[in-house]
Amino acid sequence: MSVDATGFGHSVEDAPPSVVRPWTRTRILGHVLVGVWIALGMGLAAFLILSWNPDLVSRYAPNYLSGLWVTIQLVVISVALGALLSAPVAWARTSKNPLIAAPAYAYVYFFRGTPLLAQTFLIYYGLGSFKPQLEAVGLWVFFREAWYCAILAFTLNTAAYQAEILRGAVASVPKGQWEGAASLGLHRWLTFRKIILPQAMIVALRPYGNEIILMIKGSAIVAIITVYDLMGETRRAFSRSFDFQTYIWAAIIYLVIVETLRIAVDRIEAIITRHLRR
Amino acid sequence: MESTLGLLSFGAGGWGDEIASGVVVTVTLALATLPLGLAIGFFVALGKQSSEPSLRLAANIYTTLFRGLPELLTLFIIYYGAQIALQQFVRLFSATASIEINSFAAGMVALGVVFSSYASEVFLSAFRAIPRGQYEGGYAIGLSHWKTMRLVVLPQLVRIALPGLGNLWLILLKDTALVSVVGLSDIVRQTGIAARVTKEAFLFYGIACLLYLVLAVISSFAFNAIERRVGRMEHAR
Repeated sequence: MSVDATGFGHSVEDAPPSVVRPWTRTRILGHVLVGVWIALGMGLAAFLILSWNPDLVSRYAPNYLSGLWVTIQLVVISVALGALLSAPVAWARTSKNPLIAAPAYAYVYFFRGTPLLAQTFLIYYGLGSFKPQLEAVGLWVFFREAWYCAILAFTLNTAAYQAEILRGAVASVPKGQWEGAASLGLHRWLTFRKIILPQAMIVALRPYGNEIILMIKGSAIVAIITVYDLMGETRRAFSRSFDFQTYIWAAIIYLVIVETLRIAVDRIEAIITRHLRR
Repeated sequence: MESTLGLLSFGAGGWGDEIASGVVVTVTLALATLPLGLAIGFFVALGKQSSEPSLRLAANIYTTLFRGLPELLTLFIIYYGAQIALQQFVRLFSATASIEINSFAAGMVALGVVFSSYASEVFLSAFRAIPRGQYEGGYAIGLSHWKTMRLVVLPQLVRIALPGLGNLWLILLKDTALVSVVGLSDIVRQTGIAARVTKEAFLFYGIACLLYLVLAVISSFAFNAIERRVGRMEHAR
């Protein structure tokens, strides 16, 4: 159907022809690389289908599920406890009193500057060498368990990172916001809760999301201190079956979790910044 | 105190020399991974800022994959995967041959791909910070695409990407600890052996943490020096 809407005698069919893109070297390379990824993906799918073993699945699938549950518990508990601990640390970091600021700085520097693996070993194996003293104060039942040690190590680690995120986000809110609230006669705590924090959270959302993703990925190391999380169950399944697909399934599960979280952060950011969109 | 010094002394009775060799292995692994990760990361970033959609897609799949997997799992997949693949390849020739993968090489590849997927993001944002006019100016005076890249864009790119790459270096240094799990004699493994033999776990793992802190402090000094140098080049122009 030709509609002459413009009045210049042109019809819709005369719209500019689609551009024929030449096969440049870049384009060929791009298609080859995408082809390689598709081939790898299909090869992986073929490997998983060909080596599909109902016996293996029925034996290890429940273990994977319980491992996944352990991973989720570990991350949720330590991120939540870390958030609680990070608030006083972030406050102490910004204190003008060096006796308060210096220990907080040392704490943050230590836990951000050393590997999570070494911290976990220090708490699980290291505190084990104080067994008599810990037994005397009744704390040994806590430090005896790898699970509690893992939660303690992860909480201390993520609290240091979260303290820096929180501090940076609060500092990013302009000083005029504090002054404006003060001139309205608002109390400092009320100002912080109603004016500063909502604006800081917009800045902090993405770093918080990244920190949770880092914790999910980092939580894999508890497998080394005999906690059977997703990674621990995977290692156990591999050492019993010597079937490489055990690792592939773990990789797929981790990727799905991390990507879901990334998409969720994008959605939340779109919602809480809708007043800034033009 | 006397016995602690004895445990840390260099020589037959102490663990100082073993731990020192661990430090060397950690630093060597990180230094060996760095150029690999930087090179791959640079080319992945080139792909990501290309005008060709298929190239962007291929580069984005790479980053999504290696940023989403736990580093430890990537390491295991490369370590055991390469071992199984090579084993089956060798079996074609002789039925009894068995192959051991070098944990240093596996660690280098695993940390390299992880580093490169993060580095590509740093390079990409640096690419975006360079105005189009810089390329156009290069072409206008008759430089080829590669010469513009090398002489005009790259020197500016390095300067913009330096702080981001500094952070990635510190992360890389810490991630090398994971390779101890597949048997590399780095700081964590050497101090772990000392801890098991002497039953002084807190002392030795504490030393491991302190050594990583010292490496981080040295790195930040080095980075400050490099940034000052690059900044001076900026002023000299």
